[in-house]
Amino acid sequence: MQNSIFDIEKQAFESIEKASDPDQLEKLSIKYLGRKGELTKFLRNISCLPVDERPGAGKNANILKGKLEKAFKTAFLKLEAINDKNFAGIDVTLPGRPVPRGSLHPITQVAKEISDIFLRLGFNIAESPEVETDYYNFEALNIPKYHPARDMQDTFYVSENIVLRTHTSPSQPRVMESCKPPVRIISPGKVFRCDSDITHTPMFYQIEGLMVDENISFGDLKGILTTFVHQFFDKDTSLRFRPSFFPFTEPSAEVDIRCVMCKGKGCRICSKTGWLEVLGSGMVHPAVFENVGYDTDKYTGFAFGIGIERMAMLKYGIDDIRKFYENDVRFLGQF
Amino acid sequence: MKVSLNWLKEYVFVDLDVDDISAKLTMAGLEVDAVEARYDYLNHIVVARVDEVKKHPNADKLSVCKVDVGGDKFIQIVCGAPNVQEGMYVPCALPGAVLPGGLKIKKGKLRGEVSAGMLCSASELKLDTDASGIMELEGDSPAGTPLEEALKLSDTVFEIDLTPNRPDCLSMIGVAREVAAFMEPKQKVTLPGSTLPEDRIGNKLIHDYAKVQIIDPDLCPRYSAGLLFDVKIGPSPFWLQEKLESIGLAPINNVVDITNFVMMETGQPLHAFDFNELAEGNIIVRRAGSEIKFTTLDGKDHTLESDMLMICDGERPVAIAGVMGGENSEISDSTTRVLVESAYFNPVSIRRTAKITGIASDASHRFERGVDPDGTVRALNRAVSLMAQICGATIAKDIIDEHPGKPATLEIDLNTDALNVRLGTSLDADAIGEILKSVEFEVKKISDTRLKVGVPFFRVDVTRPEDLSEEVARLWGYNNIKTSYPLIPAKGRPLDLKVSLREKIRQAMAGFSFSEVINYNFINENSCDRLNLPDNDKRRRVETILNPISDQMSVLRSSLIPGLLETMKKNISQQTDTLRLFEIGKIFFATKKGSLPEEDEMITGLLTGTRSDQSWYSKKSEVDFFDLKGVMESLLEALMIENPVFEKIEDKSCPFYKNGYAAVVKSGDTILGTLGKIDGKVLKNYGLKQDAFIFDINLEAIQGLIPEITQTKLLPRFPSISRDLTIIVDRSVIVGEILKQVELISKKESLIEKVFLFDAFEGSPLLEGKKSLSFRVVYRSANKTLREKNIKKLHLNISRAIVDKFNADLPE
Repeated sequence: MQNSIFDIEKQAFESIEKASDPDQLEKLSIKYLGRKGELTKFLRNISCLPVDERPGAGKNANILKGKLEKAFKTAFLKLEAINDKNFAGIDVTLPGRPVPRGSLHPITQVAKEISDIFLRLGFNIAESPEVETDYYNFEALNIPKYHPARDMQDTFYVSENIVLRTHTSPSQPRVMESCKPPVRIISPGKVFRCDSDITHTPMFYQIEGLMVDENISFGDLKGILTTFVHQFFDKDTSLRFRPSFFPFTEPSAEVDIRCVMCKGKGCRICSKTGWLEVLGSGMVHPAVFENVGYDTDKYTGFAFGIGIERMAMLKYGIDDIRKFYENDVRFLGQF
Repeated sequence: MKVSLNWLKEYVFVDLDVDDISAKLTMAGLEVDAVEARYDYLNHIVVARVDEVKKHPNADKLSVCKVDVGGDKFIQIVCGAPNVQEGMYVPCALPGAVLPGGLKIKKGKLRGEVSAGMLCSASELKLDTDASGIMELEGDSPAGTPLEEALKLSDTVFEIDLTPNRPDCLSMIGVAREVAAFMEPKQKVTLPGSTLPEDRIGNKLIHDYAKVQIIDPDLCPRYSAGLLFDVKIGPSPFWLQEKLESIGLAPINNVVDITNFVMMETGQPLHAFDFNELAEGNIIVRRAGSEIKFTTLDGKDHTLESDMLMICDGERPVAIAGVMGGENSEISDSTTRVLVESAYFNPVSIRRTAKITGIASDASHRFERGVDPDGTVRALNRAVSLMAQICGATIAKDIIDEHPGKPATLEIDLNTDALNVRLGTSLDADAIGEILKSVEFEVKKISDTRLKVGVPFFRVDVTRPEDLSEEVARLWGYNNIKTSYPLIPAKGRPLDLKVSLREKIRQAMAGFSFSEVINYNFINENSCDRLNLPDNDKRRRVETILNPISDQMSVLRSSLIPGLLETMKKNISQQTDTLRLFEIGKIFFATKKGSLPEEDEMITGLLTGTRSDQSWYSKKSEVDFFDLKGVMESLLEALMIENPVFEKIEDKSCPFYKNGYAAVVKSGDTILGTLGKIDGKVLKNYGLKQDAFIFDINLEAIQGLIPEITQTKLLPRFPSISRDLTIIVDRSVIVGEILKQVELISKKESLIEKVFLFDAFEGSPLLEGKKSLSFRVVYRSANKTLREKNIKKLHLNISRAIVDKFNADLPE
């Protein structure tokens, strides 16, 4: 004979009360509410009851089912709450699985930053060879053989007329030979001079710039380079244009900025002058135009050359230029 | 070049302070590098009163003095001067002072007596030539006054970094001209007198004794000479020595000092010959020709080239023209007759000679940049006058002035509109004229926009209107020129593909946790040997640098691998032994002699060390070939290069890789590059002890393969199903071949989406020489959800094909 509905109820609630973990509760839930559980069994056997008791029994059983479901749910939540409280969880202070980080060379980054400024100003990139003929490196730039200006650049020779370019300026005649004005290019790349000490490496980077058209003036040169300096450093950086000499520009100007370290008071970095020389520039010399067949009456233009290491050193506070080419990953990883 | 302010003031009035002068010179294009107080070396030297003099107990010639050095301080000094007397005021060097000869003054003992300083002679302090005793000071400065102050000594020396275009400023007068131009109001330069003192001119006519003949006027357009008799050689008077020393020149003797003084004053180099040594009294200016050897006055032997210009006497060369005099005719103590040379030489010729002989003299420095072609006689007369005055000499009547090449006067037609366009200024012709006149240009106004500008001879750098624009710009002030912005068409050009490709590669490689390095383009000359390269390898065609910094940097790299291995070594020596490095850079191959080398660009990566370190979740494991291969595959995928094929390198084309551990990577017929494990011998050659893996990809090859346009593919709409296939084959069967076979089938069967290897196994229970490989085949249809029945036959076909082709077994 089956248990009465009341026995089932009594037993069920007693065991729910006693259950101490969710697994046990789960089993009880199956025992009473499962497909082969007590309650199901009871319902299945209702047909054996006298006809007049059937509706009452069915109704009671369904009420009990509702009650039990609710009781189980409550008991589960209660147990879970207790469990959660007792569970220690993971040790979040264990180190994470590292994802190694790569890095781009600081020279690459600064070169890109400088290039991007000029690209936004409408310049394009034109590269030229790292090993050059004497003609493009010197003669086309108004530096004849045995000109004292050749002393300004200690040259590596591969043969009598082939040199490692001493500056990126050969890109000027090369570009102008290949197209007519207007010209608006920059040319970044490696350059070489046989000089090696704490402030010189035999290889370093420059970015050449060239703009040629009708009516380009020294004032325009000042405008473009001022914009550049303000974008690269900051808009409050004061700068000055100082007369200088390059055989391929006339007039020529060095651009100095207020020392970024001491703000002009004078320090070791600026040799107590308060100024830092950051780039060379000038109006393209008519002899250079003549060499590439440009009409000197019609066109004027300006050119400039920026030392990338110098800019990177100022930007990142690097004190020794050789660090760039030692490639110590502990240095490279900082950029 | 050094410029003394006191000396400068002899030619121009200047009352600006030192900082102002310095700033104005710099902004005129004469960059002042350093400013020194001339008498800084007199620090710690004070006026002292000798209070008491006693004989030194242990030395006859020494005295022990009690000296008042001010502030009620008395010190004891041992002194050897014969003229020391009680009550005399003398200069006293206190501990801390450094005398001009380099002597450091310290407190010490002299023959047992304490000596806390040094009483100095005028010569010891470079204040006079008198070395006979200590210097007696006059005036009323009390003891303790700094000597510099007591003697009212003050001078400033500017160190000017002159650009090569301004030889006119390689002299005091030249710099004075610049100062005159920036003074307000503008000043005029006072030139020293150059007329000869009548009373010192003797009766002997120069032409009766000396003759000058210019054989090669192309190299020597002008040669002026003067002759002096009864010359007494000796030290120069103090004022002359002091002048030379103020700008860093060492006094030698009166005649030589005068030539140096006049050079520094006027910019015209002079040379003094001992006339007694000149055979036949002749000066012949000619190319060296067959003369081979020559000894200069510094005692050095030189090998001449036939083109070098020489000054010869009746028999032999006596000077390398414009560079340095000869030992055979230099001024000595016994010289009595002097011939002074003041010439103009061809700058290019002087420069060649100076370069080849390796002599960089003050004279060659000026001649090669260009001296005033009209200045020889003025400088000559100045020097001859001074020699008469200082060396007691008698001047021969007249001078010699051989002048075959007269300098042409230059007038430039200046269009002031063009000048204003060039500078971005709006100066009128009068203003421009005034600016040019301030530095001694002669200006004639032709119209409101045209000037005729006469260029003074000493301005060798000014030859065309653009040069005048520079004069106007620098004197008007660069910072007074308004900043403007160019108007230029907005027409743009696309960015060079290579530029964007490099950027893409860099981003990808950094994403794969590689660090970018930049190595020098020059590498060790033995790099090819170190890489085991055979004699006929292309990479042996290196360009050699004729003047390298060192053997380690003597050839241009023909591969990026040596640089990366060196970098690996350097980092390991700093205890970083896990490295993921890459470099993008040019490599070079020599072509015909005298032609540019072939430049190629590579992207090369290096991997060494551990894949994962010992940690709480994993054991330490070393990287291997497949770590790097994975990087290379991902890189190619990032660059959208499809289906790269890796083939084992069987030949000796890359002997720096370990045999059997190297692959060449191709896409279609194009070879993209190689990768492999570095051979043990090569590692040893680089002093490396741990395995390294390298990939080496040609950038140009990749560039040609990158699709110009990328179109997105449609995403599949129906699910895929996968079936596995495990086979047992001989160990010699390579996975690539099996995959290729499947690929052949999949070309015909559109349902095969992809096939990949997911397990490989060797060892028990498999038979020796066998391996088991498990592939997963993924099937998908574009039109429907696949069921088992759709692929059953296909999968069986693949399975059969592979079993047949590779003689494979299926597992039990």
